[in-house]
Amino acid sequence: MRIELVKRKEHSRKMALLSPVIAVGLTLVAAAILFAASGTDPFLGLYKFFIEPLTDSWSVQEIIVKATPMVLIACGLAVCYLSNNWNIGAEGQFIFGALCGSFLPIVYPEFETSLTLPLMLVLGALGGAFWALIPAVLKTRFNANEILTSLMLVYVASLLLDYLVRGPWRDPGGYNFPESRLFSEAATLPLIGDGRMSIAAPVAVVVVIVLAIVLARTLKGFEIRVMGESPRAGAFAGFSAKRLTLFAFALAGGLAGLAGTMEVSGSLNQLLPTISPGYGFTAIIVAFLGRLNPVGILVAGFVLALSYIGGEAVQASMGVSDKIASVIQGLLLFFVLACDTLILYRIRLHSRRTTATGEVSRA
Amino acid sequence: MLDIVQAVLLTVITAATPLLIAAIGELVVERSGVLNLGVEGMMIMGAVVGFAAANQSGSGALGVLAAIVAGMAMSALFGFLVLGLVTNQVATGLALTILGLGVSGMIGEAFIGVPGLRLPKLDIPVLSDIPFIGPVVFQQDAIVYLSFALVGIVSYCLFRTRIGLILRAVGDNHTSAHALGYSVLKVRFLAVLFGGGCAGLAGSYMSLAYTPQWVENMTAGRGWIALALVVFSSWLPMRVIAGAYLFGAVTVLTFHAQALGAGIPSQFLSSLPYLATIVVLVLISANRRLTLVNTPACLGKPFVPDR
Repeated sequence: MRIELVKRKEHSRKMALLSPVIAVGLTLVAAAILFAASGTDPFLGLYKFFIEPLTDSWSVQEIIVKATPMVLIACGLAVCYLSNNWNIGAEGQFIFGALCGSFLPIVYPEFETSLTLPLMLVLGALGGAFWALIPAVLKTRFNANEILTSLMLVYVASLLLDYLVRGPWRDPGGYNFPESRLFSEAATLPLIGDGRMSIAAPVAVVVVIVLAIVLARTLKGFEIRVMGESPRAGAFAGFSAKRLTLFAFALAGGLAGLAGTMEVSGSLNQLLPTISPGYGFTAIIVAFLGRLNPVGILVAGFVLALSYIGGEAVQASMGVSDKIASVIQGLLLFFVLACDTLILYRIRLHSRRTTATGEVSRA
Repeated sequence: MLDIVQAVLLTVITAATPLLIAAIGELVVERSGVLNLGVEGMMIMGAVVGFAAANQSGSGALGVLAAIVAGMAMSALFGFLVLGLVTNQVATGLALTILGLGVSGMIGEAFIGVPGLRLPKLDIPVLSDIPFIGPVVFQQDAIVYLSFALVGIVSYCLFRTRIGLILRAVGDNHTSAHALGYSVLKVRFLAVLFGGGCAGLAGSYMSLAYTPQWVENMTAGRGWIALALVVFSSWLPMRVIAGAYLFGAVTVLTFHAQALGAGIPSQFLSSLPYLATIVVLVLISANRRLTLVNTPACLGKPFVPDR
């Protein structure tokens, strides 16, 4: 048996919609095998992981809480990836944004006005954008690979956070625990519902809608897609690759920084040594599962958030390691990438001996 | 004083060896025109599988062997997607890293806090008795020597043999190599497997020699630093040694500075290797002449044979 790829004449629209669904299906099969391999009933495992969290109002709210930062980050990453800018340091931009957003409530806790929250959000977005612009400038100015520089800055940002919460920003009345003071009322994002859900969730939906319109209906959206698919054609149209790189990174970093600030202000209410279970990296999976399309990303964000909650659920109720969540997330990205091949290619299977023309085939 | 210098040099070697091995493997992969960003994922799998196998069998050699196989298995998965299904190389490499971190965390849960096995040091007779140099250079474990042998072999094969010529042809112009009758995909797949084996070996060095224990996420970005070292070396094997030992030295110096206190917060010192990577990348990449000459022309570009 030999697999041969035959290029389609044009993108398959049907497959563009179907491929993420197939990928999720294959992930479910793989997850069932994983549950069976770890000695549990695969069907019960799948139910506890993927279905049960959806039946309870508390965990649905938790899913939304976790989906919100990932959707925001993935929207920015989609703009980067569409324009061929490989920003994989969103985790660092999320953390640095959160640090900048936390500056006011931690250093000037007595500054409690109606301006506090808007200022925090602006500072957070600017901080994230600044952190993202470092690899962008190094790429445009010095030709340095943005994949590696953006990733290195993730480690730097998390060490900086660790230093601040253990050192200068530690809560003076906190019995030496490595955590900052709690944010005041004026620095806390208004909550919705009875859980930890804040107005960050509707903000994410607004961002999705705006970005969907920008990408589909405006010149900027056209520029982003053209520069990704054919930089040469874009250059003839008068688009500047360098300026777009700076734009894409700044947007992605700004959204990640905004997400970080809203996470700290809305859900955590203080800075801790770790403020993210890897949202910045999981958002990469969200972006690809959503096929770099804002509406797709909204759906994909829920799927990945469900995997976090599902991992906690199977650990609590079945004693399966919650690490299974990150394994399932990794497998999902593999399946998504593999299934995307179906959009551009048809897969033909050949028997080893003969091809369609009867010729002896060479492997 | 001499004792301290000796101790520092010894730790520099142990810190540099995993970087050297992982980078030399990735160099071969990139020379064939494939960019595998999953080095971190393959390394961490090598670390956990190597630790587990050595722990279960009681043999360090078996641990190392199992780690190489694990790295190769991961890279085979990558190769199948990137070469067979023509998926995006950057995204697939990332997927490999995410998967490797997840799976290693799951396998490793049983081994947290379990005392590890340390690879034995080989004592080369006579030479190891040379004062000062002897204990540093001739009393290392086998993998340290192997790492230098690997660099030598790779360098020789790449530039002095037919296999190396084919590999470079595939990486520089896959259309021409294909027209000449070479199987581009087969050459690339073999190169990817070699890179995976090296990354697995490097990972096992982390968990069997550098710090003989299993800690989740213990490679701490070394796979990514190895990727940067390939750029640093401008795809020339001998220069990887310089890069790896430079980074080994930076890592060790931060340790010693922490021990001395020096009043600098430990987090700042820990971030030095990452900042150094950025600085080095910028310095090398800004020199266009240097990078353009040696960068494989087809690096990261997909190839679908037409029939």
